[in-house]
Amino acid sequence: MEWLANTEWSIALHESRYAYAIVESIHVWALCLFVGFAVLLDLRLIGAIFRGVPVSHMTKRLLPWTKVGFAVMVVSGVVLFYAIPLRTYYNVFFRVKVILLILAGLNAFAFHNGIYRNIAKWDTDGPAPRAARRAGMVSLVLWAAIVFSGRLIAYNWFDCGKPQSTLINAFAGCTPDMIDPYSQ
Amino acid sequence: MLLPLFEALEASAIGEAIRDSLWLFPIVEAFHLVGLAVIGGAILVVDFRLLGLGLRTQPVSKLARDVQPWVIGSLVLMILSGFPLFLSEAIKCYYSFAFWTKMTALLLAVIFTFTIRRSVAFAPDGRFSPSSYKAVAITSIALWSTVGWGGRWIGFS
Repeated sequence: MEWLANTEWSIALHESRYAYAIVESIHVWALCLFVGFAVLLDLRLIGAIFRGVPVSHMTKRLLPWTKVGFAVMVVSGVVLFYAIPLRTYYNVFFRVKVILLILAGLNAFAFHNGIYRNIAKWDTDGPAPRAARRAGMVSLVLWAAIVFSGRLIAYNWFDCGKPQSTLINAFAGCTPDMIDPYSQ
Repeated sequence: MLLPLFEALEASAIGEAIRDSLWLFPIVEAFHLVGLAVIGGAILVVDFRLLGLGLRTQPVSKLARDVQPWVIGSLVLMILSGFPLFLSEAIKCYYSFAFWTKMTALLLAVIFTFTIRRSVAFAPDGRFSPSSYKAVAITSIALWSTVGWGGRWIGFS
């Protein structure tokens, strides 16, 4: 991780006046495309919007764009991480965000390999069957929490070396030399 | 002329409470960001449709009407969360180019969305030509993107 932080490009990115801000703006713009469309699909499953649009139309027409948005999110997100790797790696909110991202991925995987397999049976139902509604609700909550934790990565409330419980230090991955012995 | 007003707004109780709190600003801003995702999706899905992308098997007017409560609802959430953020740093905003860019674009975007874009998107399909659809969609995306980018850049200045 330290090696990554010392690479020429990482230093250039985080010392640059505009590069970091531009990449972050792209990250925020892609949020509208990716999370925005994912939210619409989730709301459709719940039956809160587009009740007259078959779910298969939503997935067929919107998911390709969601994937484009996701690709931009991942690439810009990796660049943002690369610009400040050490601080981010030991950041509690970053770790929460990664866990939530994995959960969101599992939820989407379970949906597509579960209830979505017999989409033909419920394609035109206003609110989808219970399992699909649940997947939609879980997805909405997870993505809202991911946006939250992503935004909070900018704050150093729980940085290693702060007077805080050993539990938080362990979760943040702080090594003994990063923890202030007098703060415990 | 506006500076005394901005100074008074910065001195307001809400502005002060947010400045005094460690976590209030980030939490309100996180809500602002969640609202951004919703309004972004609700605006883009219709603009994409106007461009012939995304949900192109659905009538434009149906999509636009379905999504309208979500546009209005998320806009209200954006304003309710954005105004306290502004109160906490009104004087900084007064001197911020990004802030004035955002507010100008926001005013234009709201007027455009609820007048021209609304009448074009709500009209029965076929009333307007594909090229006017495209012009409306591109204008809408350009205006709302300026609002979003301007907003993000208030934080960088």
